[in-house]
Amino acid sequence: MTYALLFHESAADFALREDPEKAGAYWAAWSSYIAALGEAGIVQGGEGLLPPQTATTVRIRDGKRQIHDGPYAESKEMLGGFFIIEVPNLDVALEWAARAPSSGYGSTEVRPLMPPMKQDPS
Amino acid sequence: MNAPVHDAIVACARDSYSQLLSFVASRAGGDLASAEDALGEAFLAALQTWPVEGVPSRPEAWLLTAARRRLIDLQRREATRTRSTEMLIQAMDLAQENVEEGHTLPDERLKLLLICGHPAIDVAARTPLMLQTVLGLNAERIASAFLVAPASMSQRLVRSKAKIRAARIPFQIPSPEDWPERLAYVLDAIYVAFNAGYGTLGTDETGNEGFEEEAIYLARMLLRMVPNEPEALGLLSLMLFVHSRKAARRTPDGGFVPLNRQDPGLWSQAWIHEAENLLRQASAFGRPGRFQIEAAIQSVHAHRAVSGRTNWFMIEGFYRILRLYSNTLGARIGHALAIAQIRGPADGLAELDTIPGELASDHQPYWVARGHLLRRTRNSDASRKAYQRAIGLTEDPAVRSFLLNEMASEDG
Repeated sequence: MTYALLFHESAADFALREDPEKAGAYWAAWSSYIAALGEAGIVQGGEGLLPPQTATTVRIRDGKRQIHDGPYAESKEMLGGFFIIEVPNLDVALEWAARAPSSGYGSTEVRPLMPPMKQDPS
Repeated sequence: MNAPVHDAIVACARDSYSQLLSFVASRAGGDLASAEDALGEAFLAALQTWPVEGVPSRPEAWLLTAARRRLIDLQRREATRTRSTEMLIQAMDLAQENVEEGHTLPDERLKLLLICGHPAIDVAARTPLMLQTVLGLNAERIASAFLVAPASMSQRLVRSKAKIRAARIPFQIPSPEDWPERLAYVLDAIYVAFNAGYGTLGTDETGNEGFEEEAIYLARMLLRMVPNEPEALGLLSLMLFVHSRKAARRTPDGGFVPLNRQDPGLWSQAWIHEAENLLRQASAFGRPGRFQIEAAIQSVHAHRAVSGRTNWFMIEGFYRILRLYSNTLGARIGHALAIAQIRGPADGLAELDTIPGELASDHQPYWVARGHLLRRTRNSDASRKAYQRAIGLTEDPAVRSFLLNEMASEDG
């Protein structure tokens, strides 16, 4: 089964990335986690995201473009990055989610991926 | 209300509930699920009412009355009387009669524990089943401790109870030749519960408390029923040794403190004393086993509170014996660390190297041990890599910070 691990962090957590005193531990925790995922040979892909203030959101309403500065919705926690992993079942995916540094301060969401869409015969 | 009083009331509610559940289920065709449905809500009501209004003079009668009322309501609504509800009501009436005449109910909880540890029950469901039926914990809380989705935990529990009924797993004490194996399953399940709690230590403030106390409670209950089983004594002893260090395992601000840096002054001498006594009782039977040996190892560690040092020769010896009984990954890692203490880190590493890679690859304690021993051999590159792997496999944020510090500090 393929799952997405979605790492949610608060504004304060995002700020850790630039904090001169705490950035070291923040990045060390993440790079160790990413290395362990890599060693387990389950990663299909994944990226980290820049903080939500760098986001721009686009909507088309009544044929008009609406562009606004910032993420799609203001919420306490925002998506900070994701991984796509291939593991036997949900329990294993939860185990990897629990190890994510974000689980200790923010949260980690586990979502199964949609099965591949049927291709039109052509 | 102060915490000890509250805990005592909860313990009383649990006691009465599990006693009734086992009595009713064993007399209602082994239908654990229906007995639980009938008594479960009464139990939850007791958990809410008793701490406010006090424990009723006859706790069992209170629970039975509440449960019976609900069952009758249900029957009226569904306008059917099924055979299983009939049997349940009969069993409850029998219990009520006994209680009202002042008789104590025969304690059938050992049968309940043995059913939960039956070999026909899915291994992954045994401990959760015990926590649910004997302690009345809900599936969600159990799911959190075992890190599975709440829906699949509920499913697992429902499936097991359906199996108990469909396969007619008997509510009875097994024959003498099956007894040791069956008891071993029960002890294992209690120990799994204990460790599920150990892992979630430090997340208390989120309400996701550990199961340490619950596991100890289960072991005490089991011992009341089987006082002459050395491994049951050993298990309780082991858990009490570990539990005695609860206050020393964290700094006041929540930091992780490994055993060798704990202040023995913070260890609970009362629990250590009880653990020592239990271990002495157990060894008098002359039938050693895995839990007694693990308790003996903890007893050597506990002795540091008196002597100020740890006798690693004894610990190494106990690990060697332990591995004859139960050569688990944890025992092998513990043994390697003990060898390193008496013969040096290189020998410890050589012992670790005998563990097959596929067993160790996602096992956090293995990488902690490896990082630690590599650092002591001054192999700092390899040590960093091992620590990094350990950090990536760590769940507990406090342990993660501790390991990050260890990785950064160069001195062994």
